[in-house]
Amino acid sequence: MATATDSDLDRPAAEPSTRTISASRRFKDRASTVLVTLAFLIAVVPLIWVLVTVVARGAPAIVSATWWGNSLSGILPESFGGGVYHAIYGTLIQALIATLIAVPIGIGAAIYLVEYGRGPLARTTSFMVDILAGVPSIVAALFIFAAFISILGAPQSAFMVSLALVLLMLPVVIRNTEEMLRLVPDRLRESAYALGIPKWKTILRIVLPTAFSGTVTGVMLAIARIMGETAPVLVLVGYSRAINYDPFGGNMASLPLLMYSELANPEAAGSYRIWGAALTLIIIIMIFQVGASLLSRYSAIPK
Amino acid sequence: MSERIDQRAPSETDSGPASSPGVPAPPPGTRRRPSSRRGETIFRSLTTGSGVLVVAAIAAIGVFLLIQAVPSLLANQADFLTFPSFNTGDPDNLAFGIRDIFLVTMFSSVFALVLAMPIALGVALFLTNYAPRALARPFAYIVDLLAAVPSIIYGLWGILVLAPAILPIAEWLNANLGWIFLFADGNLPVLSGTIFTGGVVLAVMILPIVTAVTREVFAQTPRFQIEAAKALGATRWEVIKMATLPYGRSGYIAGSMLGLGRALGETIAVLIVIRASTSPMGFSLFDGGYTFASLIASAASEFSQPLPTGAYISAGLVLFVLTFIVNALARLIAGGKVNG
Repeated sequence: MATATDSDLDRPAAEPSTRTISASRRFKDRASTVLVTLAFLIAVVPLIWVLVTVVARGAPAIVSATWWGNSLSGILPESFGGGVYHAIYGTLIQALIATLIAVPIGIGAAIYLVEYGRGPLARTTSFMVDILAGVPSIVAALFIFAAFISILGAPQSAFMVSLALVLLMLPVVIRNTEEMLRLVPDRLRESAYALGIPKWKTILRIVLPTAFSGTVTGVMLAIARIMGETAPVLVLVGYSRAINYDPFGGNMASLPLLMYSELANPEAAGSYRIWGAALTLIIIIMIFQVGASLLSRYSAIPK
Repeated sequence: MSERIDQRAPSETDSGPASSPGVPAPPPGTRRRPSSRRGETIFRSLTTGSGVLVVAAIAAIGVFLLIQAVPSLLANQADFLTFPSFNTGDPDNLAFGIRDIFLVTMFSSVFALVLAMPIALGVALFLTNYAPRALARPFAYIVDLLAAVPSIIYGLWGILVLAPAILPIAEWLNANLGWIFLFADGNLPVLSGTIFTGGVVLAVMILPIVTAVTREVFAQTPRFQIEAAKALGATRWEVIKMATLPYGRSGYIAGSMLGLGRALGETIAVLIVIRASTSPMGFSLFDGGYTFASLIASAASEFSQPLPTGAYISAGLVLFVLTFIVNALARLIAGGKVNG
């Protein structure tokens, strides 16, 4: 009798919960782990596959002596000579002009949304930024075509491309800047107000500098995003095999446009140039991407 | 995120006299010079102007596309919504309709979404709940890198590398499941360069955005819900079922809608991958044809006469309206949870 009572006391009132996990629950848990890990691996496959393809097929072109310093002017379609510096120039200048226009507007709009915006206008603006982020690049290009080329009679040029790129850059710049401005602690703003500094000076001298490197990161990511855009260059500018420094007139090559034109070239040299240009484009985009992430590492806002 | 703006206490201790006439005059000695009041007004108008510019840009896109499309729509000899082909060769005799274009666009985008959604859900769960803490960020960065690859490169890879690789799958589906309309013989002589191929490429391209939005919302799951589930003895999967999924479902759907919007408007990859076909679209994934975006891009070099150009602009207008609706829905579904 007494021994029975002892063993009752020794036994825990409830089984340890870990032991109650039934086989089916454990199976579901394991299965889910396997499935989500598999999903991640599946997602990584195309990235590696694309990168390996581009590097393997593009490497012969970009190590050629003439690749970085020559254009394709006077090079026959079947010849392996020539280079793409005319297209690199086009890609960079179009992105640069777009950046010069988009950054002030984007930062202004972000300041409005964070510091001033209240009520229906701010809500509409915020909503429209989201809509703009979803506007397909071909629609942006078509809009610039309709408004500037069809109605105002402007000629096709690299500048038109830059205008279309502005529309694609703006939402990225606005959202990133907004996020950075919101991270700036309110006590910095309040300290400035306490010193009698007006709000606009506080924003320009205290808030923006604090958020500066984060904002630059966002701009660099936006540039990386637009440099590969092909739809605007297809609609808004003609292709040129030679260098053209003037963004306001004449045909101008860019890396995506060069790739698209060479698609029509059935020669082996065509595919050599396509993959060479693809690798060049990826390298340029990577420079901006890596630059942005290095910068964001040093852009932590003091808490 | 506009909700956050509204909740945030106005931190301005003072604003321009124009904006808040009720503010008592500051004590003597702290009064500001008029120049800084003017500065405030100018700065405020400049930033507000930038915001308004975004709203104006969206309105302008709609208005200008409409202005350019109307004359062509009036000159159109065929029914715009139901005519299957897009004949703009003779400006005096335009006959264009969007039936086939709409079908190809929808089939390729929805197929892409069907492929991308489960993968994105898995990746988002993996990154938020399963991956080791230290690796979650680099892993997320890797998935985001998918979005950094230009779409023309996806197009080249899709038709030259991926299409031959998935051809056996297409052939198997066509041979064994051909009785289902989706896998029936299409209007192309071959099984690569079809909507099927294009859909797979699009799925890869929209994966990062669906994943990013879903991951962001999953990561916001309230801590106490997760802890409550754990306190009940839930396994990792049960925590997800009880806390993460119910909380993040709307974000997942919103992210998928954003992905759908991207797929609908994707231009150059689709133009390169999906072959054009002379015969009309059936209802098979092995059909070919043009989407709205690829149709416009394919004709871009011939934009010289106003009426044929207007026909393509009308297609662009439909695409704009479609993506507008899809993106607006995504935002509505997400409520305030999603930024992007």
